[in-house]
Amino acid sequence: MNHLEVLEAEAIYIMREVAAECEKPVMLYSIGKDSSVMLHIALKAFYPEKPPFPFMHIDTTWKFKEMIEFRDRVAEKYGIEMLVYTNEDGVSKGINPFDHGSAYTDIMKTQALRQALNKYGFTAAFGGGRRDEEKSRAKERIFSFRNSEHGWDPKNQRPELWKLYNTRIHKGESIRVFPLSNWTEKDIWQYIERENIEIVPLYYAKPRPVVERDGNIIMVDDDRMRLMPGEKVEEKMVRFRTLGCYPLTGGVLSQADTISAIIEETLSAVTSERTSRVIDHEEAGSMERRKREGYF
Amino acid sequence: MNSLLKFITCGSVDDGKSTLIGHMLYDAKLIFADQRRALELESKVGSRNGLIDYSLLLDGLMSEREQGITIDVAYRFFTTDNRSFIVADTPGHEEYTRNMAVGASFADLAVILVDATKGVLIQTKRHTRICALMGIRHIVFAVNKMDLISYDKSRFKEIELQIKKLCLDFEFDSIYIIPVSATEGDMLTKRSDNMTWFKGDTLLSYLENVDVTDDLLKDTGFYLPVQRVCRPDRTFRGFQGQIEAGMLNKGDEVKVLPSGEVALVSEILVGDKKVNTASKGQAVTICLDREVDVSRGCVLYRNVMLSVGSLFDASILWMDDEKLVEGKNYYLKLGTKTVPSTVMKIKYKIDVNSGEHIPAGQIYKNEIARCEISVGSPVVFDEFKNNREIGCFILTDRVTNMTSACGIIRHKLRRDDNIVAYEMDITKENRSAQKGQEPFTLWFTGLSGSGKSTIANAVEKRLFAMNKHTMSLDGDNIRRGLNKNLGFKEQDRIENIRRIAEVSKLMNEAGLIVLTSFISPYAADRENARLIIGEDNFYEIYISTSLEECERRDVKGLYKKARRGEIPNFTGISGKYEEPVSPALTIDTEKISVDEAVEMIVSLVKEKLGI
Repeated sequence: MNHLEVLEAEAIYIMREVAAECEKPVMLYSIGKDSSVMLHIALKAFYPEKPPFPFMHIDTTWKFKEMIEFRDRVAEKYGIEMLVYTNEDGVSKGINPFDHGSAYTDIMKTQALRQALNKYGFTAAFGGGRRDEEKSRAKERIFSFRNSEHGWDPKNQRPELWKLYNTRIHKGESIRVFPLSNWTEKDIWQYIERENIEIVPLYYAKPRPVVERDGNIIMVDDDRMRLMPGEKVEEKMVRFRTLGCYPLTGGVLSQADTISAIIEETLSAVTSERTSRVIDHEEAGSMERRKREGYF
Repeated sequence: MNSLLKFITCGSVDDGKSTLIGHMLYDAKLIFADQRRALELESKVGSRNGLIDYSLLLDGLMSEREQGITIDVAYRFFTTDNRSFIVADTPGHEEYTRNMAVGASFADLAVILVDATKGVLIQTKRHTRICALMGIRHIVFAVNKMDLISYDKSRFKEIELQIKKLCLDFEFDSIYIIPVSATEGDMLTKRSDNMTWFKGDTLLSYLENVDVTDDLLKDTGFYLPVQRVCRPDRTFRGFQGQIEAGMLNKGDEVKVLPSGEVALVSEILVGDKKVNTASKGQAVTICLDREVDVSRGCVLYRNVMLSVGSLFDASILWMDDEKLVEGKNYYLKLGTKTVPSTVMKIKYKIDVNSGEHIPAGQIYKNEIARCEISVGSPVVFDEFKNNREIGCFILTDRVTNMTSACGIIRHKLRRDDNIVAYEMDITKENRSAQKGQEPFTLWFTGLSGSGKSTIANAVEKRLFAMNKHTMSLDGDNIRRGLNKNLGFKEQDRIENIRRIAEVSKLMNEAGLIVLTSFISPYAADRENARLIIGEDNFYEIYISTSLEECERRDVKGLYKKARRGEIPNFTGISGKYEEPVSPALTIDTEKISVDEAVEMIVSLVKEKLGI
């Protein structure tokens, strides 16, 4: 078996363990490429059965339009149950990425996720996180336990031996499960190419209306985008290495409009993927802090 | 596509593990430019006076940075032209040994650091031992900080000798000992001008080329622990799991454990594709040509010897703050099976320094011990050295859910051979004499609603009034406690009765008179109970009230539910009741009153009661 086959088999094993042992699992679906890979593997893992759990998207209402279209189309195509949850309280208070900075992420993503998991009573949630993304993720177990407040205790992680996952939890506690823990960004792209997996077109380079802000290239996806003095919208050939809320997601200048061109670019990349995610820059340890508070 | 090597780095605190990996990645240009910039920036405020602190690439948690130590395993990924690597950087502190074991369980190879200024330390020995325990067969010893001993060849040779001596205790497939300097970069990715006397490969080049494929396992048979049964509809029934050894072809004959049934493979799916052959490591769905009893935890196998048993000898690493004592119960997970288990006996613990066996009654966190473990129902397993994936297990605390220990099976033990009854000074006779009675068991059997409990209750009141020491066992106090993990399937009902019989026997040995009120519908089970409790102490009392009458009474409304099909396997309706052939007494409550029944029973056992 080559290295992608090993990683795929590992992910399938993990998904089947969760389906067999956990009371009420859900697969978090962020619409990004990692989610596309997770969904693809989930369809394989249980075939000919449909994945025996629903999928859930936490919609901040600020995602790229193309992402939402893609999400609905994929759910329809594979006949999977797609739950969509939005923190309506945050929406009614007008929480937005321009005025509320890190509070926006907390309210519309972290809080929304907690609310959604509580609402449905999910005991285990798959996420597409990878250990190569960020330092605190690099330390996280595949089965990562959360207390009833959804907080993570990095100093006291449950030992994880061989592939004997201990899925026992008390009432109110839950597990985040990362079947792609051991994949790298390059593995993801190579797998997408090999398996011919459909991904949101935003990953491919195309002329798009963008502004430059604090060294990031931000796409103007709708008329809610507020321009700062001196900023002007220009059409540039860009693509995105990660997807999220459009005002917080930096694109990269690129000509790569095919998977193989993207792989070539990734292989020779000089910056890691998360630098294009604005929230990760703030300070050292910011990701760990958010995870302790219940971020995915 | 190149192959994947999973390895760990371990060694004592400050041996420079994180620095070693960080420096190797940096030199091999395997980190992104922004990571490199951030590293150079962070190093400026660090402890190395502005020189690059390579360990910052790996120590990711805030408290690790504060304390300058590694607490938990960090996984790093890199690819060279020759190979893909996942490296788990594990903590050196003794306190975090269990996290080191987590890394070791995941790896094919270990790089163990040895501080050249200190030589082999206890922690080096501990880590080597744990690597061996967790099944790592390839070890690299990196003798680090050679710069601090002026790259002294003779000092290196001394340490090399210490290491070779240490390794005599283990059976590693390959051992490579290499002098390096993690901070200066000697022998990491390029040869060192400071150590021209060392002729071996650089660390990176060795890791790129070392062969970790397990030759021993190449020709083994096939086995697959079943993760789940896939039943999308009536037409399809597939068994899903990962092939742990060997290969399987369509048409092959496979056996199922523990049932022992045999079937032919009618279809193999890898993911969503039909294939004719699948092999080790692949996640598959297997269909068989006939109905066999297979559920999660069963094992499909072919041409391999596996054991089914409930008692084995194992080496464990204790990881819980709560100590281990003999007789404590845990959940044991082995393969895809989880069962209740008991650590029957702690044989000894191992001195990590000398390897000596030390007698111990208790095992504390981070200690390695040898013990005997018994499981509540038979599991399929093998010795770890033969079949790794079905020879290792974890123990989980039943209250805290903590993963308390990990372990590997050394060999199977046969229950009867190995549990020797302990000679007690105080005997059943002593205990009975103290209570002034002779113990026995009244085993009431009959349909639901036949009046077993009512009569048993009346008999107990009478005995109590006679100053007898008694105990009643019924559904209420057994099903909710001791047997709450059992359902109503046939195997569960058998186990239910077996346990009740064992408990009755113990209570008889404690000198008590026991009254059990259970439907106990199977003659074989009641015979088994008679064997366990002992012919002389066992009175089978058949409450023969007819089904019609029981159903008319229907005190708990169960018959109505059963008739509506809401209770599967309900005795008398959808489950059979085997009438006793020669009970000690038969009581038909349609003809005999409760008071008369009490008189009949007391009269039956009057000799035992001394009247």
